[in-house]
Amino acid sequence: MYVPLLLIVLYAFNPSKSQKWPIAGLTLQWIQAAATNPGARSAVILSVEVGLMATGIALVLGSLLAAAVHRYRFFGRSTVSFLVILPIALPGIVTGIALNATFRTLFGGLSLFTLIVGHATFCVVVVYNNVIARMRRTPGSLVEASADLGADPWQTFRYVTLPVIRSALIAGALLAFALSFDEIIVTTFTAGFNETLPIWIFANLSRPNQLPIVNAVALFVIIASAIPVYLAQRVASDAAGYV
Amino acid sequence: MGAVYAPPAAHPTLTRRLARGLAGSPRLRVSGLLAAPLGWLVVFYLGSLAVLFAAAFWHYDSNITFTVTKTFSLENFVTLVSDPVYRSIAGRTILIAALVTVTDAVLAFPIAFVMGKMAGPRLRAAMGVLVLMPLWTSYLVKILAWRLILSDSGVLNWVLKPLHLSGPGFGDIAVYIVLAYIWLPYMILPLAAGFERVPTSLLEASTDLGARTWQTFYRVVLPLVFPALVAGSIFTFSLSLGDYIAVSQVSSTQFIGSVVYANQGVAGDLPLAAAFAVVPIIVMLIYLTLARKAGAFEAL
Repeated sequence: MYVPLLLIVLYAFNPSKSQKWPIAGLTLQWIQAAATNPGARSAVILSVEVGLMATGIALVLGSLLAAAVHRYRFFGRSTVSFLVILPIALPGIVTGIALNATFRTLFGGLSLFTLIVGHATFCVVVVYNNVIARMRRTPGSLVEASADLGADPWQTFRYVTLPVIRSALIAGALLAFALSFDEIIVTTFTAGFNETLPIWIFANLSRPNQLPIVNAVALFVIIASAIPVYLAQRVASDAAGYV
Repeated sequence: MGAVYAPPAAHPTLTRRLARGLAGSPRLRVSGLLAAPLGWLVVFYLGSLAVLFAAAFWHYDSNITFTVTKTFSLENFVTLVSDPVYRSIAGRTILIAALVTVTDAVLAFPIAFVMGKMAGPRLRAAMGVLVLMPLWTSYLVKILAWRLILSDSGVLNWVLKPLHLSGPGFGDIAVYIVLAYIWLPYMILPLAAGFERVPTSLLEASTDLGARTWQTFYRVVLPLVFPALVAGSIFTFSLSLGDYIAVSQVSSTQFIGSVVYANQGVAGDLPLAAAFAVVPIIVMLIYLTLARKAGAFEAL
């Protein structure tokens, strides 16, 4: 499973510009070139910005939705669960072209706003799944006990609910950020002229001269996306011992 | 602990008054919670799908003006069904998606079984991380890696040369290999969770009653993990149906995704792309309905 990734890591150190195997040796020059490449750097910054915004929106929407579905039986509840799954169950190309068509016909064009909207929409699912799983593991008596003791809903939320779902929120946020950072399939349809890091990589895949730099950037991406996922795992498993 | 408790005040705060008002009506509370997320999803997501569906019926003038006019016509669907090129593209996409799904199911089974049934909690968590990490590594990076491996001067041919063989090079088979590799974790995870939910006592009981291993597998294990299998297959099938990036990097043939992608720009044939995009939607909606009947949604 890991062999292809290890190969990319090796290629990042390949001094020759051609992508033949076996590689000619080891060098750090491409890593240096990648670090100073202006296109790559602004792409990274944009990816981080978009990721943070999309994750923020997704956290709010996802938790609200999880709370509603978990606590109440309402008309259309199973439809809502189905609806939340759709953004990741339908092929990305469908989401992409749908958003693209809507933004171009109704909103006049693509922009940073459309990019963030696209990302937030499927990040909601990730947060929702994490939060509702955590809520299902929590006894409902805690909330009732808090109300019995005289706390108003805001206090109950602050002192009882929030600490309990906090680990799920953190795990969901980390995963949502990783998802947004790496997203390319829907992003090419909603980004317009904005270049996130995956778009930068994609654009440079067809330029043979740039490939060594792309390899170095790929190495960076491997490390950068491993970190949030590892942290999310740690957070989720640490909290499994509670309640 | 003592700081939280406070006797109800004679003059209730705004939040308390609000809470009292909402306490009488669960429906109001639910609506309050649901308003924002549901509003977002309905407007941005369902709304976009509706626009897409409508766009499939529009008309694109590919001769003179290269613009889209919002009339109602079935011409795009007619083109898709009658033109053999598009039919073969759709067929190729669906076939490869199905092959990828089956392959991943077969490959994932042993790994998921070990993860779900045989490993202790510590090993299971470690395996979870090991399987998850490649999943979250950039999709694009993985495609780049495979392009390097499968290219004519790449690793695969270098390994096969002493055996006087050569790799498949770029093309449909390459797409199949790459997609099967990339989506494998999406199949392993639900399947492992499914195996975890099979009570070991059932397996023991089956053996006690005299069943041989393959009988236990066929009559006990398989029906119990089937929903999880279907849940995993939703992802692998759906993701393969719509792929255009792996396709463009390791093959020169066209898939549904490539046609849609190629037509998305200002000068593109949006109605045709929309019509073509409706094909995976219909396929997936049918698949999802069947999957729901098979109980796959609980296994997600």
